[in-house]
Amino acid sequence: MGWVLSFLVDTMTSETKAPQPSGLHTVIATVERAAGSVFILPSVLALLFLSVFPLIASLYVSLARFNIAKGGFTLTFVGLDNYKKLFLGTDQTHFLGAFAPSTPLTWVVFGGAVLALAIFLARYLLNARVAIGGLIGRILLILVLGALTWMFVHTLWNGGRLGSISVTLVYVFVGIFFQYILGLGMAMLTVQRLPGRRFFRVVFLLPMMITPVGVAYMFRMLTDTSKGPFTPVWQALGLINFSWVNNAWGARTAILIADIWQWTPFMFIVLVAALESQPVEPIEAATVDGANPWQIFRYITWPAILPVSMTLILIRLIEAFKIVDLPNVMTNGGPGTATESLTLQAFVNWRALDLGGSSAVAYILLFLVTFFGMIFVNLIRHRTIETL
Amino acid sequence: MKRWFQSKSINTPSPVGAVLSYVILGIWAFVILFPLYWLVVTSFKISSQVAEGPFYIPFVDFKPSLDAWKYILVGDLSHDTLRNFSNTIIVAPISALLALALGTTAAYALARFEYRPRVGVILAFIGCVALSILVMYLGVPWQIALVIAAAVFIILLQTIGRRFKRALGNNDIAFWMISQRMLPPIAVVIPIYIIFQHLHLLDTRAALIITYVTSNLPIVIWLMRDYVSTIPIELEECASIDGASRYRIFWSIVLPLAVPGLIATFLFVLVFTWNEYLLALFLSSAKVQTLPLTIAAQNATRGPQWWNMSVLILIMIVPVIVIAIVLERYITRGLLIGAVKG
Repeated sequence: MGWVLSFLVDTMTSETKAPQPSGLHTVIATVERAAGSVFILPSVLALLFLSVFPLIASLYVSLARFNIAKGGFTLTFVGLDNYKKLFLGTDQTHFLGAFAPSTPLTWVVFGGAVLALAIFLARYLLNARVAIGGLIGRILLILVLGALTWMFVHTLWNGGRLGSISVTLVYVFVGIFFQYILGLGMAMLTVQRLPGRRFFRVVFLLPMMITPVGVAYMFRMLTDTSKGPFTPVWQALGLINFSWVNNAWGARTAILIADIWQWTPFMFIVLVAALESQPVEPIEAATVDGANPWQIFRYITWPAILPVSMTLILIRLIEAFKIVDLPNVMTNGGPGTATESLTLQAFVNWRALDLGGSSAVAYILLFLVTFFGMIFVNLIRHRTIETL
Repeated sequence: MKRWFQSKSINTPSPVGAVLSYVILGIWAFVILFPLYWLVVTSFKISSQVAEGPFYIPFVDFKPSLDAWKYILVGDLSHDTLRNFSNTIIVAPISALLALALGTTAAYALARFEYRPRVGVILAFIGCVALSILVMYLGVPWQIALVIAAAVFIILLQTIGRRFKRALGNNDIAFWMISQRMLPPIAVVIPIYIIFQHLHLLDTRAALIITYVTSNLPIVIWLMRDYVSTIPIELEECASIDGASRYRIFWSIVLPLAVPGLIATFLFVLVFTWNEYLLALFLSSAKVQTLPLTIAAQNATRGPQWWNMSVLILIMIVPVIVIAIVLERYITRGLLIGAVKG
């Protein structure tokens, strides 16, 4: 066993070898030196066990056509057909959106985005150290962000229709913004020494504990304009014949509200723990020196909770891209496909036994999440934490 | 006048601040509680009372009925409810604890050790995966293919693996781990189904537990890594000088100080596994179904059975709330206070 461990240490860590003692000391020293591997290997192996095969299998399925055949199914290799269908073929309006003709406004917005990206690249190039990897990464970033902006400005206004990519991005970024702000605000209020704060803490956790399918059905009840609890409100506003489900932005707002309701507790509880485990001495010292609450927050509390905040936002970013239960149950993706997220599109394809199309959507989703995750980790997380 | 705006000590708000805090907290509490109140009310309704429009207060607006509760708990559905409830109660805590145990050690490792996996090793691994696929494609059984690939991997490690100078760092490992959650479950359920089919573990609790542990590991690792890195490293250095081993430092210093983070993370993972729907749908057919499946099943051909759903959702929340109330007190301030002094 010893040689396996020491071998793994050699391959995985750069810790320098200590001089070899003898006998019992060798065993102890080996075990101690292997600590790095012992701590991390179980997790790495567990992740490899359930990640390698699904990743390859679904990549293959996304390049194939699935057919039910006698006694089972067949997979026919079709190359990039499934992807072509999404970007250029029959699913284009569904996936990318319906493009409206360019207007001066779209050119202004798109031009502004291009200018910002060009400045971003120029600043990097004028910097002293330019690495090949960093340069390729940034060029890729500019191309993808530029393409996404082009798509967004042409599908948002005057006759265009958002596709499932844009809808997913709206859910992700608007949702996370409100969840973080609300979660942080409530966390800061409940770490104060107020009587009854434990009651509020437990209440604020409740939404997260309901199963997502359950939350979706609950909000379907609540948003019903003729039988739901808010019917009198709609009546008073003269909106009794209005239905969330018939208005694209109305339906999206309803889903966003449900999403914010459900996931603010996630931000809340982690931020409470982070605020609670923050040392008190610096705050006491700052108060003695006459710092005001804003200064204490800005220079002491904020740096202390920043690392956890970045992790929280990254985790939510990854999870939010996979939103499916809420639109599926609340609006069934409608009106039309106005509230359909990428995962829901994959799910709908999958229900129609178009496993190839489903996997293709899932792979593009994987690409998008990896892309935004990389941007977040490399450009925002590292930078904010390093500049502390 | 001025004392109304002044706080007595840190974290004790001024009187005006306290009132403002209560107003905001009250509003948010209402936003959270009203939908839940609606669930409670709906669970006491019968179908006509739901269909005829909103009724708010039992006994005043409508006559409450226990029909749905009876149906779920002692009537036709009681057998299913009980079976799925016991499955959930076994699977969720076990997977949460296992994920926490594995993930916290990895988080500590990523926060305190420096790993430099060589690019060569990773390339060798990818090559061996490709090799095993090729061998399987040629008709060799998968067990033999895996053994061949593993053997080639070990040989490559010993020879080529060390030649490459370039290496990755801890952040790359962490990003690889979190990236395991990026593919939507819908794309991975069928491959995972096939894996468990080959292992003859379909429709067992073990399959659910293994899947939940691996799918929640990245979250545990990322959250705990941040908590661990806020623990002052001086403590560990002192212990190390006094001759404590890495394992002892981890067990007697890091773990006790990370308790608030451990509790918060445990709550999450518990909740995620408690409520997971899609994977459970695939990996369980009859014996080990969990409660979320029962809820979704209430969307019957006659439309959603709101009253049954409400009962089930409420039944499902109760155990988690009890656990949350018990654990919340441990997420308290002051565990780190004074630790670094002297």
